[in-house]
Amino acid sequence: MTVTRARSLAPELILIDADPEDDLEGLRRLTLWAGTRYSPLVAPDPPNGIWLDITGCAHRFDGEGPLLKDILRRVSASGLSCQVAVADTAGCAHAVARHVPSGRPTIVEPGKARAALSILPIAALRIEPGVADELRRMGFDRVEQLIAAPRAPLVKRFGKQLYKRLDQALGQIPEPIEPIFPPSVPRVRRALLEPISTADAFAQVITDLAADIAHRLSVEGKGARRLDLFFERVDGQPQAIRIGTASPSRDAKHLAKLLCQRIEMIDPGMGVEAMSLVAPLIEPLGAGDLGQLITRRGKEPDLTALIDALANRFGQRRLYRLAPRASTMPERELGSVPPLSPAVSAGWDEDAPRPSRMIIPPEAVEVTAMLPDHPPAMFIWRGRRHRVAQADGPERLHGEWWREHGHEADAPYAVRDYFQVETTTGGRYWLFRLGDGERPVTGPMKWFIHGAFA
Amino acid sequence: MQQSTVLQSLRARIAQIEGSVQSHAVVPFGIDAIDRHLPSGGIAAGALHEVAGSPELADDAAATVFLAGILARFDGPVFWCLRWRDLFAPALHLAGLHPDRVIFVEAGSDTNVLTAMEECLRHEGLGGVVGEVKAITSTASKRLQLAAEKSGVPAFVMRRALAADGKSDGSAAVTRWRIQASPSEKLGIPSLARPRWQMQLERVRGGEPQYWTVEGCDAQGRIALPADLVDRPAAQEDRQAAA
Repeated sequence: MTVTRARSLAPELILIDADPEDDLEGLRRLTLWAGTRYSPLVAPDPPNGIWLDITGCAHRFDGEGPLLKDILRRVSASGLSCQVAVADTAGCAHAVARHVPSGRPTIVEPGKARAALSILPIAALRIEPGVADELRRMGFDRVEQLIAAPRAPLVKRFGKQLYKRLDQALGQIPEPIEPIFPPSVPRVRRALLEPISTADAFAQVITDLAADIAHRLSVEGKGARRLDLFFERVDGQPQAIRIGTASPSRDAKHLAKLLCQRIEMIDPGMGVEAMSLVAPLIEPLGAGDLGQLITRRGKEPDLTALIDALANRFGQRRLYRLAPRASTMPERELGSVPPLSPAVSAGWDEDAPRPSRMIIPPEAVEVTAMLPDHPPAMFIWRGRRHRVAQADGPERLHGEWWREHGHEADAPYAVRDYFQVETTTGGRYWLFRLGDGERPVTGPMKWFIHGAFA
Repeated sequence: MQQSTVLQSLRARIAQIEGSVQSHAVVPFGIDAIDRHLPSGGIAAGALHEVAGSPELADDAAATVFLAGILARFDGPVFWCLRWRDLFAPALHLAGLHPDRVIFVEAGSDTNVLTAMEECLRHEGLGGVVGEVKAITSTASKRLQLAAEKSGVPAFVMRRALAADGKSDGSAAVTRWRIQASPSEKLGIPSLARPRWQMQLERVRGGEPQYWTVEGCDAQGRIALPADLVDRPAAQEDRQAAA
């Protein structure tokens, strides 16, 4: 529609010239805002999209659903309309956000990218409109047809770009986003005279970059909690590694060591021509804090370096301390806390016997016992017969009926009677009977084994 | 008398050659009958120790508490590297190892557990490093032993579900223990007495294999000799040897 015709239909129309550059600038600003609130790794996706890498960020909002709702609410409140989707891959999230007209946040569960994509139209793959049109003329409507079709002829006709997009959306080839950062984020970059591709060379550059960023951080009185190292490859395919630290740090040696552990994950391709190191998450680390570190070193070992090394190798969730938690069910009596969190000091009840090895979930056993109060005289577990010589119990534990999940969902009033039994060979096991023997709602009077004692 | 002096000096020289000269902390069991069979007089820091139960879960559970009892008496944070989460921390607390001191590393596989252990052992000042594995090669055990020697941290490899004939030939561990549950004293009331273990010292560098029946860890992580068994065979043999 031309302006003249539009004006003839609605004379009160206000005209504003399209300003793509200003739009882009607005998108950038929105992206930076998202970067402060949702995830440190954000990138504008012109003309109308924003990438957020929310890996490991969702827990701050109690899950991906609430995070998406928060985005939707805040962006709508500012007068923009938006569509949000989360998926395993950037390509899949891009497609779902634009082609699933739900008006609500869409979450593609992990591993479901292929299923979610297959029903979408070809155009969802971020391919040129001409290619999409031509594919449609050839009878390809949906992505699933493209997945099923032989590749070679299509590659020959349309070039590699088509399948590159498909593979990126399916997660078969990586598609790192190129994040942008507010000027306040410490960022150092080193361009290299010649492309490098060996681990030793990378290590050298990393050491230099770490020293650079440590200097920046010390000037600002900050310590890094997270570092992203970007490799700019000759062929334009960026590579990145990310490390986290348990407490803010600007120890160049320590940071370099953590980064160097990850070098093996980098595919240097034809070589890397520049590397940049960004600290998207920084926290104040003043001189006072450093002083504490020094004095503490004398008394007890400073574990941060070791914790960081392990957490970056195995994942932060694999590293934890266990602390008491109030619960009536033994499997919930402990909760994980981060390894460097302050001491809890309280322990568990020292009178309640607890096994050192748990069987999770409890396994059903066949038991011979006199009802309703006697301990088992014999039980069969994993096909072997154990004769009970002595026993102690019962310790009666009630299910937490106020919970909505776990086994309480099926049996909120479950009662377990725990017995500690010693077999004739001396092995001590923890058996329980589900049900109090009076009210059926407490359980079907079945026996389970839940652990072994010392 | 003279003979024993000669023997002692020879032992010291062998120890020197083997490179296991004691310069690290030692935690004794506090029971003379056990400690005197250990050349270092107890569980030495800066060395690798192997502990096993048996394919019976109750024996592995006993070995776990045995380990917790030893670690309870070392100072400093403890790193416990597991393959998966079946360890129940309250039991460690009951043996005197406070939950604040233990950092668990869920490494997922034997290889990862050993990698994590080595990383931890390079760090000085730890109270101990435990790794639960199914199998360990002789090379891996040597690496751990060297790392432990260097940092002075006690290292423990717990062999999970190790069969009775499961050999760990060529292990560089300084001691190898096997803990198995044993019938406890009958109290005659519906209650259980302190647990009892068959504690086998299967291998010790510079000593002879031994065998005891002990009572399980108390709240400070100490094991004890059962009162009614103290004067039984093992002790008698020793007396004859001493005579």
